[in-house]
Amino acid sequence: MTGPYSCCSCIVFVHSVSVDLNNDASLVIDIPDALCERDKVKFTVHTKTTLSSFQKPEYSVQRQHEDFIWLHDTIVETEEYAGLIIPPAPPKPDFEGPREKMHKLGEGESSMTKEEYAKMKQELEAEYLAVFKKTVQVHEVFLQRLSSHPMFRKDRNFQIFLEYDQDLTVRRKNAKEMFGGFFKNMVKSADEVLISGVKEVDEFFEQEKNFLLDYSSKIKDATAKAEKMTRSHKNVADDYNHISGALNNIAADNNTAFKKHLEKCAEVFEKLRVSISKVEDRMASDQELKLTELLRYYTRDIQAAKDLLYRRARALADYENSNKALDKARLKGKDVAQAEENQKQCLQKFDKLSESGKKELTSFKARRVVAFRKNLIEMTELEIKHAKNSVSLLQGSIEVLKSN
Amino acid sequence: MAASSERSPPPFPDSEEPELLEDSDEGADAFTGTSISEMDSPSPDSTRPPKDIFNEPPEDIFSDPLSNINSEPQKKVDAKIPSPSSDEAIDLFSDPLDDDSEVMSSPEVQNPMPDLLNEPVEAPKSDVLGEPPVHRNAARQQDVFEDPPKSSSKSSSVKKAASAEMFGDDDDEEDLFKEPPNVVTKKPQPSGPPVDVFTEVKSDVKVKPQVKDDPTDLFAEEALTAPAPKPSAGSSSSRTNGVHSEEQDLFSEATVELSLDSPRNDRKNKDAVKPSVSAPAAPVASSSSKAPSKTLEELEEEESEDKFDLNISITNPEKVGDGMNAYMAYKVSTQTSLTMFRSKTFTVRRRFSDFLGLFEKLSEKHSQNGYLIPPPPEKSILGMTKVKVGKDDPSSAEFVERRRAALERYLQRVVSHPSLLQDPDVREFLEKEELPRAVSTQALSGAGFLKMLNKATDAVSKMTIKMNEQDVVSGRTCSQGCFDQRMKAWQRWQDAENMLQKKREAEAKLLWANKPDKLQQAKDEISEWEAKVTQYEREFERISATVRNEVIRFDKEKARDFNRQVIKYLESLLHSQQQLIKYWDAFLPEAKAIV
Repeated sequence: MTGPYSCCSCIVFVHSVSVDLNNDASLVIDIPDALCERDKVKFTVHTKTTLSSFQKPEYSVQRQHEDFIWLHDTIVETEEYAGLIIPPAPPKPDFEGPREKMHKLGEGESSMTKEEYAKMKQELEAEYLAVFKKTVQVHEVFLQRLSSHPMFRKDRNFQIFLEYDQDLTVRRKNAKEMFGGFFKNMVKSADEVLISGVKEVDEFFEQEKNFLLDYSSKIKDATAKAEKMTRSHKNVADDYNHISGALNNIAADNNTAFKKHLEKCAEVFEKLRVSISKVEDRMASDQELKLTELLRYYTRDIQAAKDLLYRRARALADYENSNKALDKARLKGKDVAQAEENQKQCLQKFDKLSESGKKELTSFKARRVVAFRKNLIEMTELEIKHAKNSVSLLQGSIEVLKSN
Repeated sequence: MAASSERSPPPFPDSEEPELLEDSDEGADAFTGTSISEMDSPSPDSTRPPKDIFNEPPEDIFSDPLSNINSEPQKKVDAKIPSPSSDEAIDLFSDPLDDDSEVMSSPEVQNPMPDLLNEPVEAPKSDVLGEPPVHRNAARQQDVFEDPPKSSSKSSSVKKAASAEMFGDDDDEEDLFKEPPNVVTKKPQPSGPPVDVFTEVKSDVKVKPQVKDDPTDLFAEEALTAPAPKPSAGSSSSRTNGVHSEEQDLFSEATVELSLDSPRNDRKNKDAVKPSVSAPAAPVASSSSKAPSKTLEELEEEESEDKFDLNISITNPEKVGDGMNAYMAYKVSTQTSLTMFRSKTFTVRRRFSDFLGLFEKLSEKHSQNGYLIPPPPEKSILGMTKVKVGKDDPSSAEFVERRRAALERYLQRVVSHPSLLQDPDVREFLEKEELPRAVSTQALSGAGFLKMLNKATDAVSKMTIKMNEQDVVSGRTCSQGCFDQRMKAWQRWQDAENMLQKKREAEAKLLWANKPDKLQQAKDEISEWEAKVTQYEREFERISATVRNEVIRFDKEKARDFNRQVIKYLESLLHSQQQLIKYWDAFLPEAKAIV
């Protein structure tokens, strides 16, 4: 299998790791379709709106991943939104896994039997599809969060993103900017350490800060474990393949009375494999979507919340600095007005951040809890269904073998 | 899941070995057919909850593969699982009858023989015919065996009528008496005298590997000519004959691979294999113990099911003694309804060297006859040393457990071998309180020492694998031993024939040279050699038949074992899935309570 692998997914999900974000009909966004060519994924962003700020009631544009990143960055850099939790940017689509597999498949083609090859191909396709769906979903959710937020939806850039029917051709960050961004991050981390010493005046924020810090480390842990789990499930499905393949081989070699028996066993196992490995596979993907993705998303979200806190803390530090500057100025007797002005501004900023921050964090918490609840329930129910399915499959196989 | 819980499992067919059943294919097809072809459009059938998930569109991703996952098979499998053992029996026996022994199926108890006898019987058998149904008791059989060395007299075979299957012609009664034990008869006949008879017969027979008179081979040939119309009652252990494949090697190797996986999986899943596991295992083994209890005529009848009347379990390994003289004593418990044992249940304590001793005795006695003696588990200095030293860590516990399981398997195989079961040594092993110490099996005996050293290094890394491999490989070696015996017999026969040929030529020359006195001598020699030739020929055929039977039985056991293991494995999978369900069910309300 070489060359561009194009796939087209026409599946719409109202799949939400956050609560359903499309309840407001005035601005409804979804990604009904996406195309992947080689490395690039082209998303079809579809907007339906009743807002007057938009020129048309409906849009459909093609966007690439980089466009999303651009949008995110511009929003982050907008000062106005400092007091808001900015929805985390969707991660880059990662087709590395399937691509590797495809490579292996291409190379090993001659050495594998036809069935093995077909099986591998099937698996590969399934994996590809899964990655694909995931990435579509995260991009969609990103947009939906923006659209459902009273402030963001009015953002000019956001509107351009939705409306502009040409290629956005966003200027990719050049090297300097990349480096600059990197540097900024470093500064930020250093800063965080510094201002963590600043005394927090507000009880609420103090609590939130601690909670978020704790939570973020725990969720990272949980994410890693969930990923391990889904990997193991995939392995189980694989193992079944191997076992039934081996049984088949043995049966083929044999010429005794045992053979029939073996064939029977191999048959049963094959059936079992086909169904159970599907069950396992699907369990793995369900788990992944419901749990792992959830965890991953909230890891990012937590980070966004932490960023908010950081900004606020920064503002607080600034305010305190301005206070000190004012005092100094008063002492020295010059530039007092300026210092006062500065101080006032800092205070304002800080207050604004605190206020909106409080709101944001509260709603964030609510959102988060609801999302977890929903997904965990769904996942549990799916797990139960899968397990019951497996049980009946196994029972059936055992019956068949026993009846031999 | 209503569906799975409502369904009650089909009655477990007691007869175990219908490998040959065409019916079983049916079952398989049902399973396949339904699972794959079924459901493309998920039916809103409420009894199919598993499909519901797949019906929910937005959540689920792969809608089509879902349709394949199918819970139908339960239903269908139910419908189609063949239960009646008689069916199986019939199928079974319509097939293989080209080969020796087995079953002549006449459904009457007592007098089928005469019919059989009458049919293909050649002339000189009238005697035999007259007798068979009449004599059926031990005494008779004794007589029979007192006759032995008459090379050809068919008439003496009359006495052997007990086995009814005597069609006096050449060859072996040995086969005769091996057959009934081999043939599983499902008739619940009282054990009574015939069992003893067979036992003694066996021992006698062993002593006199001469061809007696007739029956069994005749009987065998009989079988050939009276195939289909005599469906025998399904004896599950009846050999499926047909192809006696010499592909033993392939087979064993294949089995090696398998036994690596399944028992290991099994072990992973079941920490302590309860001794009762042997109980379900036991019924699976051939009901060979039943066989001796029936007379040969009745052997043909079986309609009833396979019931294994000898359950063996090995439990309770205990360390006895101290330091380097310590050893593990295992409790060997036997439950049986066979009358050849003194009581119904008994327990003895045995140590590992006892098992080895048993093996050696049996090998000595039986491998001559081309039997496959099941190999005991191997010695392992490393493991035992650990145990002796008293380390209480999990690895030594595991070693003991593995050894226990292996010993149990070994004993199961021994007793499921119909001929071995008759051996007094085996009985002694099971019954006697104190066994004389089998000295030659000392772990550090000189001869075995070097071997042990070599094995020790392997043992360290490959204990589990080794155990199973050894079983299979030894099995193969055993069977090769059988084949060797057979080859030797054949060789002897050929040599005798050559001699005869030469003698004949000599005679011809003499005739030609016209020396009458030497002629007489030559004639004598010729007749002597003729006799030898016949004898060797018969011996050879006897051995061939035995070997063939053995191999087939071996095959079947392997098949059974394998099946059993696979089922165990699947059951443990099932178990863990059910546990999963439990846990998730418990979690669900908690998830719902998230606030």
